Amino acid sequence: MTPAPTAKSSMLPTYLQVAPLTVVLLLFFIVPVALVVVVSFFRYQMLVGIVPDLTVKNYVDLLSNPTTWTLYRSTLKFTLIVLAITFVLGFWIAYFLVFHVRNLLTAIGLFLVCTVPFWTSNIIRMISWRPVLGKEGLINSALLKTGAIDQPLDWLLYSDFSVVVAYVHLFTLFMIVPIFNSMARIDRSLLEAAVDAGASRWGVIWNVVLPLSKTGIALGALFVVTLVMGDFFVVTVMSGGLSGSATSGIFNDLQFLNYPRAAANAVILLIIVLMIAAAIFRLVDVRKELVR
Amino acid sequence: MSASPSYGPRPWTFYVLAALFTLFVIFLYGPMIAVLILSFQGPTASLVFPLREPSLMWFDELFNPRRTGDVVGAFNRSLPLALGVMLLTVLISVTAGFAFRRRFKGATAIFYTAIASLIVPGLVLSIGILVTFRYLGWSATWYTSGLGAHLSWALPFGLLIMFAVLGRLSPSYEEAAYDLGASRWQTVKEVVVPIVFPGMIAVALFGFTLSYDEFPRSWLTVGSKNTLPLEIWTMTTNVTSPALYALGTVTTIVSFLVIAIALSSIILIQRKRSRGK
Repeated sequence: MTPAPTAKSSMLPTYLQVAPLTVVLLLFFIVPVALVVVVSFFRYQMLVGIVPDLTVKNYVDLLSNPTTWTLYRSTLKFTLIVLAITFVLGFWIAYFLVFHVRNLLTAIGLFLVCTVPFWTSNIIRMISWRPVLGKEGLINSALLKTGAIDQPLDWLLYSDFSVVVAYVHLFTLFMIVPIFNSMARIDRSLLEAAVDAGASRWGVIWNVVLPLSKTGIALGALFVVTLVMGDFFVVTVMSGGLSGSATSGIFNDLQFLNYPRAAANAVILLIIVLMIAAAIFRLVDVRKELVR
Repeated sequence: MSASPSYGPRPWTFYVLAALFTLFVIFLYGPMIAVLILSFQGPTASLVFPLREPSLMWFDELFNPRRTGDVVGAFNRSLPLALGVMLLTVLISVTAGFAFRRRFKGATAIFYTAIASLIVPGLVLSIGILVTFRYLGWSATWYTSGLGAHLSWALPFGLLIMFAVLGRLSPSYEEAAYDLGASRWQTVKEVVVPIVFPGMIAVALFGFTLSYDEFPRSWLTVGSKNTLPLEIWTMTTNVTSPALYALGTVTTIVSFLVIAIALSSIILIQRKRSRGK
């Protein structure tokens, strides 16, 4: 990063400036996550609760339970589908805003139109699909009225379809914003140079725009993957309880107050999420790009 | 043909992508508008269209806690919590943002910890904070563990925004101010604050809304009394009347008010600055 003007003076003020952040992260992130790891090796006893013996029983239980694998497979399926859809939507919407809208104010205005729903309640946005997708919902009644179908489609709501719709609805923004940010920094003269050098329209997108947006794509993918993998309420509400996610396994254990097994499950989820994040950070140095 | 002409006829891709964008906006806002309309449903209590005998009865129901739970109480906790998170997020991420302008030992570790805090699944953190408080013998309440849980999510966002904002504040501006004889205080007031202020409002907006709408991190950490998203979650399973939609309309209006205040203050500041005071 750029050095501040008084580079020679004492570092004490800098440490004081970063201290509050460090304290909050320590108390509300590092210690809690460390304790989750510790508790995951404790034993759970009915009526007693958490017994501090060191055991790997929780992990053995989870990994030998076919339900765990089913839940993780389902989570992975949703993650990949949602990642693919949000990437395609996010890339083209950002491309449209950056390279096709000529007036800067219009572009900012349209960008804000995309971002405003992010600042409203996720739960409400999710529930709002009910009157649209339901058996007597808007889509079914419209299709019935036009005669396209004679029975209401029952796979629209409380199905894998509605789960994906809700995820795309909630999380596409997390793709648009970082990709938009990356694309907005691309020097227009590079595109003109590519065209002058004989590149086709697709050639420019494939060889210039896509590589230069990769930080944004990586950040967006990081957000979408972690949000979908950490979700349990969308999948529970929108599938009508038919589908689950890795996190809904944790949720169930917590409702039976089985903290050690919930913690073990949380540790497994955490390891998977952090591995994906590490893979993404290996591909792009996000920090270097962020402070550029 | 240029890839991004600023003149001449628009390429056909413009129209395809404009159509895609329009469909996306309808997809984003359509369901919200459906809920807005249905919250005025009449006493027939149908959860779907058409709207029969429009009335305000479900809003009335909402503020009348006989059947729908403690919505008013939940709002009275969610609002101060969101304001507290907003204030602390601004203070902490702005000061930390300035610290990161210099190289110091541990900068990378702290940065990656903040990113990890952003991506750790909310429910995992929720369990962790509850267990931490239990071992410390403290009881979980919305203004202690709840506040901390929300900060662990809002601060990394604030920090990322401050990085983007401070990236534009070149140290040479401050040096120039010093060279021209400005005092330290004058430099902060006349150079640093005007550049950083719109970013601070963006951080505040994030702090407020991330807390006000947060569900998974609140679930175990707010103690026995619900915040608004938890109350809504309970209602989705218990309440099968348009009162749920009415609540959706009310919270969305609160969110829109907050967004409008934030955006208009940014615009006001920019306009004031471009007029050169």
